[in-house]
Amino acid sequence: MSEDKSKFLINGLQGKWEVVIGLEVHAQVSSKSKLFSGSSTMFGADPNTQVSLVDSAFPGMLPVINEYCVEQAVKTGLGINAQINSHSVFDRKNYFYADLPQGYQISQFKNPIVGEGEIILDLKTGTKKIGIERLHLEQDAGKSIHDLDPSNTFVDLNRSGIALMEIVSKPDLRSPDEVNAYVKKLRSIMRYLGTCDGNMQEGSLRADVNVSVRKEGDKKLGTRCEIKNVNSIKFMQMAIEYEAKRQVELLESGKFIVQETRLFDTKKNETRSMRSKEDAHDYRYFPDPDLLPLNLDKGLIEKIKKNLPELPDQKKERFIKNYSLTPYEANILVSEKEVADFFEEVIKTADIKLSINWIIGDLFASLNEKNIPISESPIKAKEMAILLNSISSGLISGRAAKEVFEVMKDTGGNPVKIIEKEGLKQKSDPKELETLIDKILQENKDKVSQYKSGKDKLFGFFVGQAMKISGGTANPQLVNDILKAKLK
Amino acid sequence: MSEITNKSLTEIVDLIKKKEIKSEEVTNAYIGNIKKGKKLNSFITESFDNALVKSKNFDAKPNYKTLLPGVPLAVKDLFCTNGVRTTAGSKMLENFVPTYESTITNNLWLEGAFLLGKLNCDEYAMGSSNETSFFGNVINPVKENTVPGGSSGGSASALAADLTPATIGTDTGGSIRQPASFTGTVGLKPTYGLCSRWGIVAFASSLDQAGPMTKTVSDCALMLEAMSGFDPKDSTSIDRKKENYLKKLTQNIKGLKIGIPKEYRVGGMPNEIEELWEKGKNILKEEGAEIIDISLPHTEYALPTYYIVAPAEASSNLARYDGVKYGFRSSKGSNLIEMYENTRSEGFGDEVKRRILIGTYVLSSGYYDAYYIKAQKVRQLIKSDFDNAFTKVDAILTPSTPSAAFKIGEKKDDPISMYLNDIFTVPANLAGIPAISVPVGHDKNNLPLGLQLIGRPLGEQTLLNLAFSMESKSNFKQVIKKWWEK
Repeated sequence: MSEDKSKFLINGLQGKWEVVIGLEVHAQVSSKSKLFSGSSTMFGADPNTQVSLVDSAFPGMLPVINEYCVEQAVKTGLGINAQINSHSVFDRKNYFYADLPQGYQISQFKNPIVGEGEIILDLKTGTKKIGIERLHLEQDAGKSIHDLDPSNTFVDLNRSGIALMEIVSKPDLRSPDEVNAYVKKLRSIMRYLGTCDGNMQEGSLRADVNVSVRKEGDKKLGTRCEIKNVNSIKFMQMAIEYEAKRQVELLESGKFIVQETRLFDTKKNETRSMRSKEDAHDYRYFPDPDLLPLNLDKGLIEKIKKNLPELPDQKKERFIKNYSLTPYEANILVSEKEVADFFEEVIKTADIKLSINWIIGDLFASLNEKNIPISESPIKAKEMAILLNSISSGLISGRAAKEVFEVMKDTGGNPVKIIEKEGLKQKSDPKELETLIDKILQENKDKVSQYKSGKDKLFGFFVGQAMKISGGTANPQLVNDILKAKLK
Repeated sequence: MSEITNKSLTEIVDLIKKKEIKSEEVTNAYIGNIKKGKKLNSFITESFDNALVKSKNFDAKPNYKTLLPGVPLAVKDLFCTNGVRTTAGSKMLENFVPTYESTITNNLWLEGAFLLGKLNCDEYAMGSSNETSFFGNVINPVKENTVPGGSSGGSASALAADLTPATIGTDTGGSIRQPASFTGTVGLKPTYGLCSRWGIVAFASSLDQAGPMTKTVSDCALMLEAMSGFDPKDSTSIDRKKENYLKKLTQNIKGLKIGIPKEYRVGGMPNEIEELWEKGKNILKEEGAEIIDISLPHTEYALPTYYIVAPAEASSNLARYDGVKYGFRSSKGSNLIEMYENTRSEGFGDEVKRRILIGTYVLSSGYYDAYYIKAQKVRQLIKSDFDNAFTKVDAILTPSTPSAAFKIGEKKDDPISMYLNDIFTVPANLAGIPAISVPVGHDKNNLPLGLQLIGRPLGEQTLLNLAFSMESKSNFKQVIKKWWEK
């Protein structure tokens, strides 16, 4: 029986183990103000400058729901094909910590705003549906800063009260690669919707990763461990690999997995125990009496539904259908809305096949090299289209286009001007080329007679000379045609 | 002109409007009384300089179009006042000075009143005798060594002793009505959501409601008009137009149906309470109301339900007092947990700690369903008891308290007997409906006693009218000898 290489399995001493993963993604809602106060959510402000009396839990302060954040959650719910709950409840999750000014986090426990949904992953092996358990709204905590002073901890409350969506997947993920695809797809959907900027460096997207293992073929889930607050896809993958191996080793040596919360140490590349289930907080959830239950108007949900933008899956389908792209090409182009928009702008005038090759090839390579998103590309879509049309129309050769691109990727600008300035315009005047070729043949009479006596390979030499003397601007097709005629 | 302070709020407002008296004179008269009334310990913070400046400003440029023109008012120290320390009767907030003004006090100031001082109360409004305050007991002016009730004990004491022309309190389980009953004054707990909770130090959010405490029913109508109103900063605030309670106040209660709930006849209740209740019924009957026997079958569960719901919410509401951001912080402790433990051990008094423990317990996993969830279900049953009753009657008449004011220290070490004081008042909080206590008679020791009228949601006008009628016919007269001035 041949082994299914697409499966991520851990080879243990006692056989193969399957890894089961569920993700709780914390996505910061794109909103100018916080979930229950009017404070700004701008990233990078000086510590404690974006803090209202509500955010710092002064006596008598009361939360008032930011309706925009609610709409953003509904939008996200619709984007992951989930059920929107017209009735949901905010609960208090009680625990003490210095960066939690209220002594409780306002969250949603029993009745979340969004119920079950799904996300479709495009994997090398095909597509896979990942179930979504729920999405709920909650407040972020502030930040404790432990490394500014040897004996004191500082607290920055700028983040305190910012709206988060916690998106809980079902335990449907089976490998670090799937986790990568899942987070990227979820991020892409939210970015399309404008509900979360997905900026992982700024902490706008973080995840708690639940990992368990079971023998290949087993139906029952193993005991899971939760790895808290992992803030990059790479770290999630590393943490899963480490954690799965740890669990397999434990089980194979006859020990049990203790259900617990663990931390991923990015420096040592290992997970370690934070607290066991017995030490787990008793959060004493109860409905927040300062807030009424959230009752959504059906009309509002319909309105949001109607105004949803085209999402990655729909766009992909349309690209394949309308532009005859391969699923692979379509996937790459729709992964970021900005890339898809760039592509569609370019093909308004340029050839589709040529556009795909240049965008996925040269453009992506230059963006990767500079580590910038397409929105910051010095080459704008219109300029890209002009460049590609210059090739199609025969104004410049493909080789010359690469040279123009090299200039454009650093400075941008109109390719026509660069072509002129660099003298890269293709020489396509047969008379001009004939004169050039005549001169070459004249100067290389010996090679002409060698060619005529059977040394066919010398044909390339003549072409090369023509290109060299013309500085690469000679139209290669014409050069070929003229040479063939002259050397008959 | 010390007799100014004998007058009711509406009379003082009238005199100011008729320009027969200046705001500054009124203010000085009360300041004089407050200075002589230190023994009562009803004030935590005096705001005399502010009051005098404001009164002079008013006299220099009077605006008579407001409801409370140039009137000095002392308020319960649970209302946050901008620039004036707000303690909630706790060591935890001993030196806490808010940078903001509660919506309720702000409403009063917008109607022309100004702050005279902050009044003592039970710590975080937890208590029925004002004996849990970090700032000491408050004494009932009616009789030395007697409690004024609680938690708005300082408010009731100051009002009865003529140290403020009217005041405001908060009522979570009876904290306005019980002290009103103990001091022979009028106290109204409005419908939940009628008065904004923004800027009031929270005790139990789903029960807390601010309300007026006054010498007369007319004063009560005026104060309620001034303080109530929709507040977008409080998500539980009711969005509706303001009422003209005073203008609509009438003694005509003909045809109103008054329910007498049999479950409020509790064992061990003194005869004089029973007699007082009879007296109330008779007055209303004579005025043309119809008396109807009703049943509120879940009444006996109200007190235990209250003592689950209120502590549960309090345990969470008081988590913010952790020494990190503001308020008291213990100097002891070498890490965060120790700092928390020491701060909260030293900063909170026994009653507050007791309730935080109860609240934490009833919300704990494994106990939550048996206590908190069950209490919420019973709360619904109590509410439907009232809903059913109000299909038959317009208001319900009960005693305000099971006894008159008791001696200081008498119940201090017996929390259960203390909690029983709220037995008649907590159902209205659990149901979120309005209730007023109006003085109707005295017990054998000549201590005042009040009757409670409970109304439909937003039925404040009906309650005020019934109370107005009862006030005018009950011949309740209270002569307080100012023994503390000696």
